[in-house]
Amino acid sequence: MKMRQLLLALTFATTGTLAVTGLGLGLVIGQTTAAKAEGIRSGYSYATKETQGLQDDDMSNPGYLWVDTGEDLWSKAEGDAGKSCNDCHGDAAESMKKAGVSYPKYKDDIGKLQNIEQRINQCRTDNMKAKAWKWESSQLLGMTTYVRNQSRGLPVSVAVDGPAAPFFAKGEAFFNQRRGLLDMACKHCHEDNAGNKIRANVLSEGQINGFPVYRLKWGKVGSTHRRFRGCNKQVRAKPFKNGSDEYVNLELYVAWRGRGLGVETPAVRN
Amino acid sequence: MKMHRLIGAAAIVAASISLTLVANAGTVSYQIVDDGIPKSLTGTAGNAQAGRKVAYNRKTGNCLACHKAPIPEQQFHGEIGPDLKGVASRYSEAELRLRIVDSKKTNSDTIMPAFYRDTGFTRLQKKWVGKSILKAQEVEDLLAYLMTLK
Ligand code: HEC
Ligand code: HEC
Ligand code: HEC
Repeated sequence: MKMRQLLLALTFATTGTLAVTGLGLGLVIGQTTAAKAEGIRSGYSYATKETQGLQDDDMSNPGYLWVDTGEDLWSKAEGDAGKSCNDCHGDAAESMKKAGVSYPKYKDDIGKLQNIEQRINQCRTDNMKAKAWKWESSQLLGMTTYVRNQSRGLPVSVAVDGPAAPFFAKGEAFFNQRRGLLDMACKHCHEDNAGNKIRANVLSEGQINGFPVYRLKWGKVGSTHRRFRGCNKQVRAKPFKNGSDEYVNLELYVAWRGRGLGVETPAVRN
Repeated sequence: MKMHRLIGAAAIVAASISLTLVANAGTVSYQIVDDGIPKSLTGTAGNAQAGRKVAYNRKTGNCLACHKAPIPEQQFHGEIGPDLKGVASRYSEAELRLRIVDSKKTNSDTIMPAFYRDTGFTRLQKKWVGKSILKAQEVEDLLAYLMTLK
């Protein structure tokens, strides 16, 4: 099983190589000094050498296929306004640099939090007069991966005070709430047992600094909310919808747990 | 934590009375005495061989997710809880029965699931409503296996 997944990843990697030559961002490992000081660890540090190797080398990191998809879409005009992202935002390396570290964010106009996928889709519907992209579509995953890749290596820094505070509190409560027939909370696995093996898997802290991540098990890139759904389902609990308020609040709390970790998007995980 | 859980036990007994009309629904009632459940859940002696399988089967007990146990043919053993080797020298049968049935009765913050409880869950998936992870006889089989781990 493991072997097949690895081969699959390597197949992707060869294709990826052709597509990403020239990007050459070099090697960025997502552990900044701020996070280190607080003892916070990225999932990267719990991964096997092989998985780390796939992530370290942009040429073999299969997640770069999604970065490329996003890059293509960036300058494609769509919708009734006849605009592309590029028409308003220009060079993503400049304009999107901060976006990847600061979401989810409180937004006055909606009176709640908004995450990065939702922000991108707001630009689609309001600014481009185009249809919102579906969650987990190659377009939304591609654009989210591309946008967040612009922040690679920068420390995660989300606002949890002021108007965000009550949503943050809800996210924290979610994290500590037992769920499902197995009756476990996120914290039982990712706080109390980080570093311990659960059957064949080493538990990490459940950080999201690498999302969207390329998961060998998925054979593709997936969103933070897809991961939350999986972790809910494995304890036999009913998951929430992608983009639900519950998951966006949880996402803010989980992002804050990883404050100071460098963005690794697209990270590679088992 | 050595409390007589009379109130809890009474509530369970009361609940079971109101459930007696529904054939095979829910878990059977049991009584917690000191730190254990002294009486068998089924009255039928457990089968240690079947219980060993419950311990490693991912679809039933999956104890190996968190515990090491002397089951060498299974490749992956977790390391979240203590090694089950020698567990029968550390605990009585009654104490082990309670730990399988509902370990939260001995440690309210434990990660270990209650293997014989069918209520009190949050956002339970539909297909598990009214079910416990293990059936009563599976608990007794598992217990017979644990009792061999001296
Ligand atoms: C018609 C102009 C326009 C278009 C086209 C547009 N946007 Fe935006 N976008 C904006 C404006 C205005 C903001 C809000 C800027 C602010 O709040 O400072 C924004 C904000 C954002 C943000 C949040 C940035 C941050 O730092 O918080 C992201 C991410 C974003 N846009 C992505 C996109 C993407 C991806 C596309 C193409 C699918 C796109 N935008 C198309 C005008 C546009
Ligand atoms: C039964 C244990 C368990 C529970 C409970 C659990 N997870 Fe996980 N989770 C895992 C395993 C196993 C993995 C894969 C290995 C790892 O990174 O820990 C994982 C991975 C993750 C990851 C990916 C980490 C990365 O570096 O890519 C995130 C994020 C995550 N979990 C969040 C959560 C959240 C949020 C909850 C609560 C809703 C939760 N998990 C509940 C077992 C669990
Ligand atoms: C999700 C992890 C997990 C699973 C699955 C699990 N346990 Fe445990 N178990 C623990 C932990 C952690 C402890 C330590 C005590 C505590 O947390 O209360 C423990 C304690 C025990 C103890 C007491 C051992 C001692 O030496 O103190 C027994 C007996 C036990 N478990 C049996 C089982 C059996 C049998 C199964 C399978 C039906 C099982 N456990 C499944 C996590 C787990």
